[in-house]
Amino acid sequence: MSGTTVRERFLARRSFIELDARERARALLDPGTFRELAGPFDRLKSPWLPLQGVVAQADDGVVIARGSIDGESAVVASIEGAYQGGSVGEVSGAKLAGALELALRDFELGRPVRPLLLLETGGVRLQEANLGLAAIAEVHAAIVALRRHVPVVAVVAGMVGCFGGMSLAAALCSRLIVTRQARLGMNGPEVIEQEAGLAELDAGDRALIWSLMGGEQRQATGFADVLAEDDAEAIGAEVRRAFAAAAPTPRSERVEALIARLAGIDGERPPEPAALRALWGETRQ
Amino acid sequence: MEHLTFTYPAREAVARRVHIGVAGSGDLEVLLEPSADADAHVAVTTSVDGFGTVWKHVLDRFFTRFDGAAAIEINDCGATPGVVLLRLEQAVEALRA
Amino acid sequence: MNADHGLPANGLRWLEALTGSAGLLESPPRTVRVADAPLGAEAARFIAIVPDPRNRFPRARAGEAGIDEALGVAREVRRTIAEDVRREPRPIIALVDVTSQAYGRREELLGIHLAGAAAVDAYASARLAGHPLIALLVGKAISGGFLTHGYQANRILALDSPEVLVHAMSKQAAARVTRRTVEELEQLGERVAPLAYDVRSYARLGLLHRLIGGVNAAAPGPRDLERVRAELIAAVADARAGSRDLSTRLASPAALACRAASIAVRRRLAEQWDAP
Repeated sequence: MSGTTVRERFLARRSFIELDARERARALLDPGTFRELAGPFDRLKSPWLPLQGVVAQADDGVVIARGSIDGESAVVASIEGAYQGGSVGEVSGAKLAGALELALRDFELGRPVRPLLLLETGGVRLQEANLGLAAIAEVHAAIVALRRHVPVVAVVAGMVGCFGGMSLAAALCSRLIVTRQARLGMNGPEVIEQEAGLAELDAGDRALIWSLMGGEQRQATGFADVLAEDDAEAIGAEVRRAFAAAAPTPRSERVEALIARLAGIDGERPPEPAALRALWGETRQ
Repeated sequence: MEHLTFTYPAREAVARRVHIGVAGSGDLEVLLEPSADADAHVAVTTSVDGFGTVWKHVLDRFFTRFDGAAAIEINDCGATPGVVLLRLEQAVEALRA
Repeated sequence: MNADHGLPANGLRWLEALTGSAGLLESPPRTVRVADAPLGAEAARFIAIVPDPRNRFPRARAGEAGIDEALGVAREVRRTIAEDVRREPRPIIALVDVTSQAYGRREELLGIHLAGAAAVDAYASARLAGHPLIALLVGKAISGGFLTHGYQANRILALDSPEVLVHAMSKQAAARVTRRTVEELEQLGERVAPLAYDVRSYARLGLLHRLIGGVNAAAPGPRDLERVRAELIAAVADARAGSRDLSTRLASPAALACRAASIAVRRRLAEQWDAP
């Protein structure tokens, strides 16, 4: 790299985590190409939240934007973690699934689209339960279908992380980029503590939580592909790299390998997180 | 949850629409666009009941410095008056950007 | 953590009733059962997740869909795809009675989310390969358990029984998380359709292909089995005649009413998809 010093690069760093969903989408698309679909002024709001005294946000907590990534047509779906914990309801789920379905339709018309998911979500919005869950199933279906045409790339940055049914969506993606601050797991620590007790998991023990499901642990044990700095430019570079690379075999397809690496593990006394890294650590490609 | 509406006289047209904020806890989102008539109209949906007078004071204050014929939608999740004013001012800034 | 009515038993019950076999596999886990039986003129594969108190993971011993269950299902579904790669893809029937996904520290450490994704991937791939995939809800269809085993189906059928519950979180867990009583949750479900647990309310959402009434979920007799087989055969034919995606879930009269927002969002996205 010419010219820029380490100090200059440090000062130029921009936290990705501090950006809201819309700014994150804008940051990862080529400059000047961001165009939002079904945005706040379309007022596609939750029909269910006002019935329960919850204020409905005008975009229901998901931003869908078209643009380009490295000059190639793209669509970004970015979940707003600050609204209802990024939880997926009917409308937000329809935006996620609908965007992926339209990308799929474009491929059938011979028009490639690069799909990018920015996942900051606790999973299903309990206030919309069955419609949120159904939407997540539709997101899953769309990712599997779309993956045949193009890598589906996801970023989990924090601080909400990616939980619930959407953690399965992250695991279905072709490439998953995480930060150290990210967490990725099926059940949130609070719910595990509530259901299984404090001895099982102390949701207040942050070091423990991140050792189990934090970005660094996940990348070191094969659940994520790239550990990126919390920097918009760095994450953008990883996204572009993910699309430019040849599509890998998705981790969710490697059933025999997954079964094999669990084979020797004692369900009553599994390895500690650090030991698991030694067991399952993969060399970076 | 409450819905409150307010009308204020306006002097200038509003050229475009802007969106600010997130309706997260302690925060609010603001949608601002040209009004359908010559007045400014504000529609507030708030998760906290009983603060109609406070909203009126905040908006009275805002409209002493803003005279655009704007239709403003506010989706509020318990923001303080200070945060409400901040977001409204951010919306005006975005309008003028 | 036990389910409210004891361990889920209808998955195994219906597997045995429909196939005459308990479906025990040669290799573990014992919680994934697979048996083949004729459905009309062809052979179909039936898959169930059943409880096993001796399961490897302590938090998956009461009928939850844990890591071993999800991976076992993924393996069996992929085996089915491979076996049928040069012939007519056979129907796959997911018999669903799962309390939820497994909640535990080990599950998170060892990646239950990826195990679940592997099952979803396998089922979706089977559907895309032309296997008519039918989910028959015979008990609980909750959250990650349902996502993993059943929700990728071409058609979802359910027994009209009080034992059939569909939701994003078990009643007890949801009550604890939202700090309400179970009764309050049930009342909320009466007011807000997607929050209800019972299958009749679920049917109003437009996701269900058929609600099969007049059948004894816990102890099906020969007439019940005949009815259900006929419904499965019809669903298989309907699936084959339709698309391989999940678009029928937005097309029924119930969906047009209860999922109107889902349809409107897709329409708006399509309208704005290409630059003006």
